[in-house]
Amino acid sequence: MEPILDVKNLTMKFGGLKALDDVSIAIEKGQIAALIGPNGAGKTTFFNCITGIYDPTIGNVEITPPGKNTQSLRGLKPNYVTERGIARTFQNIRLFHGMTVLENVLIGRHCRLSSGIIKAMLKPPSQKEEEKQAVYDSYKILEKIGLAKYVNEMAVNLPYGAQRRLEIARAMATDPFLLLLDEPAAGMNPQETKELDDLILWLRDNENLTILLIEHDMKLVMSLSDWIHVVDYGKKIAEGTPAEIKANPDVIKAYLGEESDDA
Amino acid sequence: MPIKQQLKQSLIIAFWFMILTFPIMVIKVNTIQNIIVFRWFNLLWVGILTFVASLVWNYFLRRTEDGKKKDFEDDTPLIHRLLQNDRFRRPFLGLLAAFFIAYPFIFPMYHTSIMISALVYVMLGLGLNIVVGLAGLLDLGYVAFYAVGAYAYALLNLHFGLSFWMVLPLSALLGTLFGVLLGYPVLRLRGDYLAIVTLGFGEIIRIVLENWDEFSNGPRGIADIPAPTFFGHQFNQDNTMIYIYFIVIALVLMTIFFVNRLENSKIGRAWIALRDDEIACQAMGIDKFKTKLTAFALGATWAAMGGVIFAAKTSYINPMSFTIWESITILCVVVIGGMGSAIGVIAGALVLILLPEYLRAVAEYRMLVFGALQVIVMVFKPDGLIKSVRKVYTFKTSQEPQQEKIAHGTHT
Repeated sequence: MEPILDVKNLTMKFGGLKALDDVSIAIEKGQIAALIGPNGAGKTTFFNCITGIYDPTIGNVEITPPGKNTQSLRGLKPNYVTERGIARTFQNIRLFHGMTVLENVLIGRHCRLSSGIIKAMLKPPSQKEEEKQAVYDSYKILEKIGLAKYVNEMAVNLPYGAQRRLEIARAMATDPFLLLLDEPAAGMNPQETKELDDLILWLRDNENLTILLIEHDMKLVMSLSDWIHVVDYGKKIAEGTPAEIKANPDVIKAYLGEESDDA
Repeated sequence: MPIKQQLKQSLIIAFWFMILTFPIMVIKVNTIQNIIVFRWFNLLWVGILTFVASLVWNYFLRRTEDGKKKDFEDDTPLIHRLLQNDRFRRPFLGLLAAFFIAYPFIFPMYHTSIMISALVYVMLGLGLNIVVGLAGLLDLGYVAFYAVGAYAYALLNLHFGLSFWMVLPLSALLGTLFGVLLGYPVLRLRGDYLAIVTLGFGEIIRIVLENWDEFSNGPRGIADIPAPTFFGHQFNQDNTMIYIYFIVIALVLMTIFFVNRLENSKIGRAWIALRDDEIACQAMGIDKFKTKLTAFALGATWAAMGGVIFAAKTSYINPMSFTIWESITILCVVVIGGMGSAIGVIAGALVLILLPEYLRAVAEYRMLVFGALQVIVMVFKPDGLIKSVRKVYTFKTSQEPQQEKIAHGTHT
């Protein structure tokens, strides 16, 4: 079977700096895959290249949505990538702070709604129906993620852990088949991390999602992931199951550094 | 801050002001007799007034800051809470309607005339609110679209004899068209850069109108623009003013109606999302460019219609009515009224346009008082007079068993 996401020879240059150097990563359907690496290794750049925020210098990104043909994402704008079924969250929380929790999720529904300006002004029954459905769907998502009690709060007033979950809820609203999570556990306490762990597993099992996450919390990564990819200085240095990665000398070297001979 | 320290601070401020105003307030040169008069009493007054003003200022500033620390939930503006109250809403709106219907019959024509100006600014403000308040695009050339509307009526009437009622919808289309034309090349920019380029566009339109004599009659402007007719009937001057007043009222109501609908629709939410975070907005599947363009074009639509009313009311237009100051005033209406808040913008327009008119009593200090008021509003109400409130959705708690309880039971 085709991998659901197939990234081939991705290279991203910023001037003279190679943020990503010939990285190839394939993700199978139903996997929880993790992308790890030291700070500045190029993990977020990798996400930005897939989601169209950056246009990679070399390389190709191909997706095979369930039940559909393989297609390339190269050169597509971020909104079209989202329409094709890839949703993401951000490392530094990027919620819409001028809106309520529900409206944040409604924004996620945006690309699945059809009403235009004229319909918005005249409000024919079809538009009313669609709007009602969108509000209902969004509320359902909030219920699933466990944020229903905050529904009319301003997003910015939420506790930190809830804001992170809201980012996931918003991404879910775009009906993705692949979810990219950029450090979802950053800044969370152990209890919140535990809940996040449960949520990610639940998303995979009940929502038929494939998940790729960037994470620094090794305990979370090791317990959650089926497959781990390791990058360092923009190069992929290893991939494998959590057990294999733990034992990989290259990975240990990247994280802990190498003993210097001339010291 | 302890009271002693406060008094000390106010004293320092008073002293500083006394030095600062010394050359203007105290020294007076009498050039005829070649003597210098020192008006020491003025100095005393400046000192006392600044001292008291500084104390009052500090008191209110502290109160605003204390207010911010309180719970987030209770900062819904009073007017919104009243409007949500069913028992209050109807009588309130009824009274408001009665007041605005009776207005031109109670007050002399002069008052009706300035109320029309204020209401045109309500339209302009609500239009610019889409661009600046909702979509967060700082547009300093908004007056260009106002000019497009006004000149559309004047010229179409002059050359083709089109009537007010024909031009009004046409101008709306023309405004949208110009919005798209001007928006298309500049919307790739953001923030300060966009502001500067739109500023340029606003000036371009004005300068073209001023210099292209054959087209727009240049700085001489266009005179004898006919007032709107009522099914072919032409009113006398006073009644025309009342007639235009009611046309503006109808248009303002229409604007409020449509803008409110847009704000709470898919497209309105996309505007706000774009304002809050462009990257996240795109990552959620929103076409950034298209969304910006619709905001720009729709904003222009209301401005053009406002322009037609303006031309019909004054019956004479020239490029001097469409300077950068006009753009700034409209921007002030939006910012002081409350960005993104329709009720705020309406209040802002009424205050900002009517106040200078009624301040004519203190003619010399009119602009000083006006400026001071703007500063005061911005210091004590940084969100504007009436800040925006998002729509509240209600839900019945769902009956079916909630799956998340099974999946991760620690939170519900």
